[in-house]
Amino acid sequence: MGQVMKPQQRQLLYAGLTVMLVVIWIFYSANGPQTTAVLAGTVRAATLLALGAMCGMIGERSGVVNIGIEGQFLLSAFAAFTIASMTGSLFMGTVAGIGMGLMMGWLLAAMAVGLKVDQIIAGTVLNIAALGLTSFFYDRSRSLGMGKYTNIDLGPLADIPLVGTVFFSRPPLTYLTMALLVVVHVALFRSVWGMRTRAIGEHPGAADTVGIDVLRLRYLNVTLAGGLAGLGGAYLALEAVGTFSRAMSGGRGFLALAVMIFGRRTPFGAYAAALFFGFTTALQNQFQLNNTFDIPPQFVGMLPFVVTIVVVALSGLVGSMRDPAALGQNYEKG
Amino acid sequence: MSRSILRTVAIPLVAVVLGLLIGAVLILSQNASPSTAYTALLVGGLGDADAVLRTLQKATPLIFGGLAVAFAFKAGMFNIGGQGQLLIGAVFAAGVGFGIDGLPMVIHLPLALLAGAIGGAIWGGLAGTLKATTGAHEVIVTIMLNFVAGNLTDWLSANPWKDNSGNNIVARTPLVEDSATIPTLGAVPVGFLLAVAAAATCWLVLERTTYGFEVRSVGHNRNAARYSGIKVGWIMGSTMAVAGMLAALGGAVESLGVDGRFEAGVNVGLGFEGITIALLARANPLGVIPAALLVGLMEAGASRMQFKAGVAPELIDVIQALILFFVAAPIIIRWLLRMREDTSEQLQLGAGWGKS
Repeated sequence: MGQVMKPQQRQLLYAGLTVMLVVIWIFYSANGPQTTAVLAGTVRAATLLALGAMCGMIGERSGVVNIGIEGQFLLSAFAAFTIASMTGSLFMGTVAGIGMGLMMGWLLAAMAVGLKVDQIIAGTVLNIAALGLTSFFYDRSRSLGMGKYTNIDLGPLADIPLVGTVFFSRPPLTYLTMALLVVVHVALFRSVWGMRTRAIGEHPGAADTVGIDVLRLRYLNVTLAGGLAGLGGAYLALEAVGTFSRAMSGGRGFLALAVMIFGRRTPFGAYAAALFFGFTTALQNQFQLNNTFDIPPQFVGMLPFVVTIVVVALSGLVGSMRDPAALGQNYEKG
Repeated sequence: MSRSILRTVAIPLVAVVLGLLIGAVLILSQNASPSTAYTALLVGGLGDADAVLRTLQKATPLIFGGLAVAFAFKAGMFNIGGQGQLLIGAVFAAGVGFGIDGLPMVIHLPLALLAGAIGGAIWGGLAGTLKATTGAHEVIVTIMLNFVAGNLTDWLSANPWKDNSGNNIVARTPLVEDSATIPTLGAVPVGFLLAVAAAATCWLVLERTTYGFEVRSVGHNRNAARYSGIKVGWIMGSTMAVAGMLAALGGAVESLGVDGRFEAGVNVGLGFEGITIALLARANPLGVIPAALLVGLMEAGASRMQFKAGVAPELIDVIQALILFFVAAPIIIRWLLRMREDTSEQLQLGAGWGKS
């Protein structure tokens, strides 16, 4: 089982968390505003990665690899931005983003599940098509007249020092993402749907024998998961940046895959990994603004990727990680 | 034999036609004329000696990039790190190209290419070695290495290797020496000939040597290969090193033969196109050449198409995606052509995803 931890790992996790909290406390007492800025930036960068990771996770738990998250982000961001700018409503834009994500998910399912196209190739088709279509139809004159989503304070929670600013004074889609982490966790590990989903990812033949329609469930899951990536695209265009630009997803769809594996294909694990990546991104931005240590920003920029390589290599730290057994294999009803 | 060749070529060919047809609909949707646009595309890519030169120049890194994906694929690995390997090759070739002077061309040019190739071999080999020794997935590691390479080459071209001539503020290296510049023979860039030679060498190695047999065995069934005494770890590490070297040579040729230097941001995205090329070629090293020529032609003619017909050059990317879609889903074309099913036509990469 992917989500159960060994006692030693649990101890390591708690030890790591304690060290982290102490370090944050020291930095916060030394320089409050900068620490707050970095941690707020961390949560901002983590949201997109968490949504992408959840999209990938639902696909992979069902046995379908999705390397098209990058394209799903990009095309959804484009749809969200265009509709929001046409209707003047951020909400309509968000709906359009999610709708586009669902459509892209359906297209991936149609190729990978329906037509039995190799899953990696199907994802690559999405990525290339998204880059081409968004560039082809890109209209430079469009803009968001009403600006992007703004922060909403969650009552008294927002007044807590540091934690309040970082977690409880955020724009709406960030809250939605945090809620979805819980929803996806419960759905994957506590519901009949989740059990069936994991079954068709581990042993589709056995699942078929007990009466689960493997292809139909894979179709459904990959399509629904696309909606999460679609929300990610809307978040990118309407909440994080406030505009659309060519190739604006900038590789974060791929990074989300690393976050998913890093987080052992669980929502909370993925969010922890996303926060870690977000932290290094925020640190890099802070370094560019205010370079006290005189480290070239490029080297700070490398940090999350180098650390990922080291951690993935020292896989003992991540535990005995194992992919769903039927991952990447198209199912033929025998 | 000829029948099987016909069958192999039929699907990509019909895929190209379908891609262009749907592209024509998109052109119409922009109130432009498809015939004007496609004529301009063709003339821009083949019309005169300059156009042919452009096409061959565009095709060169695509051949190298396609080989980098196809070669790793033969060992059952997905090299998505072409971008990083290309950047490393481009920056190191440029570094040797401008950093040393006074060497004759016969030494300097091969040395610069070698520097790029070694850089790429290390970059790719790292991913293969980590996979073989620790089980770290090559897709994750190569994606991460793409970002590391992007940052590293940015830093190199903005700091120690920066072009300080005049008042240059861009992150780029100085121009490479003449003795390290890849020449052009009429309308044929020598870099293109190198790419064709590389493709032929890959085919020979894979199909006619013991090493190639071992690579393909590992690709077919890793466990069976291990039981038959093949050193699977060595094959995985060395295959990725070769793949990295190939992608890097594409970058090196760009620096030494096309741009004349390394400039940060210029080659972005080029490394990913190798995936399309390899898939179009169905991972056949010789098939990579026509696939790259086709895409290179479209890229070379795209700006003329924009100029003459007012169609955005990004249409090319959409057509590429469509072609890839039809090649990947041959069921649609088989139905159109009333062809019988042939399981060998299906490309499978994903099955290797979950295995370490």
